[in-house]
Amino acid sequence: MVTIKKNRLGLMGGAAVAALAFAGTAMADIGDNESLVVNGEIEMVIETDPPEHLQGVFDRIYSGWVFRSDETQAMQADDFENPGMIFADQAREAFDTVMGSEGNSCATCHENPESLADVRSTYPVWDEEHGTVQTVELQVNECMTERMGAEPYGYDSQEMRNMSALISSVGRGRIINVAMDGPAQETWEQGREIYYTRYGLLELSCANCHEQNYGNNIRADHLSQGQINAFPAYRLRNAQLNSVHGRFRGCIRDTRAETFAVGSPEFVALELYVATRGNGLTVEGPSIRN
Amino acid sequence: MKRHTLLAAILTMAATTLNADVIAPSDVVMNEYGDISESLTGEGGNPERGIEVMTDRGLGNCIACHQVTALEEFQFHGEVGPSLDGVGSRWDAAALRGIVVNAKNAFPDSVMPSFYRVDGFIRPGDGYTGRAIEGPISPILSAQDVEDIVAYLQTLTD
Repeated sequence: MVTIKKNRLGLMGGAAVAALAFAGTAMADIGDNESLVVNGEIEMVIETDPPEHLQGVFDRIYSGWVFRSDETQAMQADDFENPGMIFADQAREAFDTVMGSEGNSCATCHENPESLADVRSTYPVWDEEHGTVQTVELQVNECMTERMGAEPYGYDSQEMRNMSALISSVGRGRIINVAMDGPAQETWEQGREIYYTRYGLLELSCANCHEQNYGNNIRADHLSQGQINAFPAYRLRNAQLNSVHGRFRGCIRDTRAETFAVGSPEFVALELYVATRGNGLTVEGPSIRN
Repeated sequence: MKRHTLLAAILTMAATTLNADVIAPSDVVMNEYGDISESLTGEGGNPERGIEVMTDRGLGNCIACHQVTALEEFQFHGEVGPSLDGVGSRWDAAALRGIVVNAKNAFPDSVMPSFYRVDGFIRPGDGYTGRAIEGPISPILSAQDVEDIVAYLQTLTD
């Protein structure tokens, strides 16, 4: 009965990364006056007062960076040490490449990636034209199919994660300010309900681990507040960029539940809700995590 | 309340695989406090095997959330639930069994999974595949697993 599935459990644990994760618990205690300045110039807000809707829930909100080991933290502070930046750079090439039937590249409308610096900090966002909440990934595919006449990227494909990393990278240091009111409110409330629902045979909600138990260890894992301001995240565990929805799927799978699909309305709603839990932190993606 | 000998426990394990006396999850009887007085296998458990169930990531993995000083040889004890040191002095077998089977009876808001229950789940999955489960749900632990844990927990006295 020794299978890969078995090894995966704890809730998330894998022996291979156990030592790394443990180092995190020993060295990265919450509130020990650390700071994160990337490349010596991009100042990050790694902890701050909670947004209004979380007052009474959290005293402070923390970037997941706070919960990681000194070594992992240092990797994110220097783009030459951050493998996630390699993927963002790959997307720079795609950005300038004409795709689809209309003869357009991303650069046709958006002069350069830096012109999108305000995107990551405000997404997901209500899309008036389509009458729905759009994530960065959905917006990219809207451009690809409706403006460029191109095939959409797979929601969690390498190309999409690269592009998401590029769009995050140019917005690093911006304060997360995702709207939860107005036409987005219904979706936000749906996301909140998902956040507090105890899924699967283990009957665990997002809140059970990331609201009630952040800072605690669960086997070898040091639980964070589950903030998504730093996505996509380059995880040392799987040595690749991980999308927000990919991470949601992994967490729900580990409750022994039937997950929702990446790009599904449920995960879009959950992303909107969780993003607003991080209002006040800064865009960090692509980050380094366990 | 002395423990069985290893031999008796092994015989118990062998017997329960075929034993019609095993109480199915849906037939478990609890009192108003969530206590379960009857052994799920009709026999006492094996505390030695209880250690395996408590520490194996594919079984109970109790130490994922609970610290146990007597199990320090196994790495990485969690902090999500209370320490289990001394639980054998604080609770009797019926209470311990009730908590392992379904802690939410004794503690309605508990984060702890229900280890011997087969219904009432939201989007139950097929192991760790992320896919929906097909057919009837098996409890997370077997009746024998639960009894072995209960037997071990009773050894954790102050």
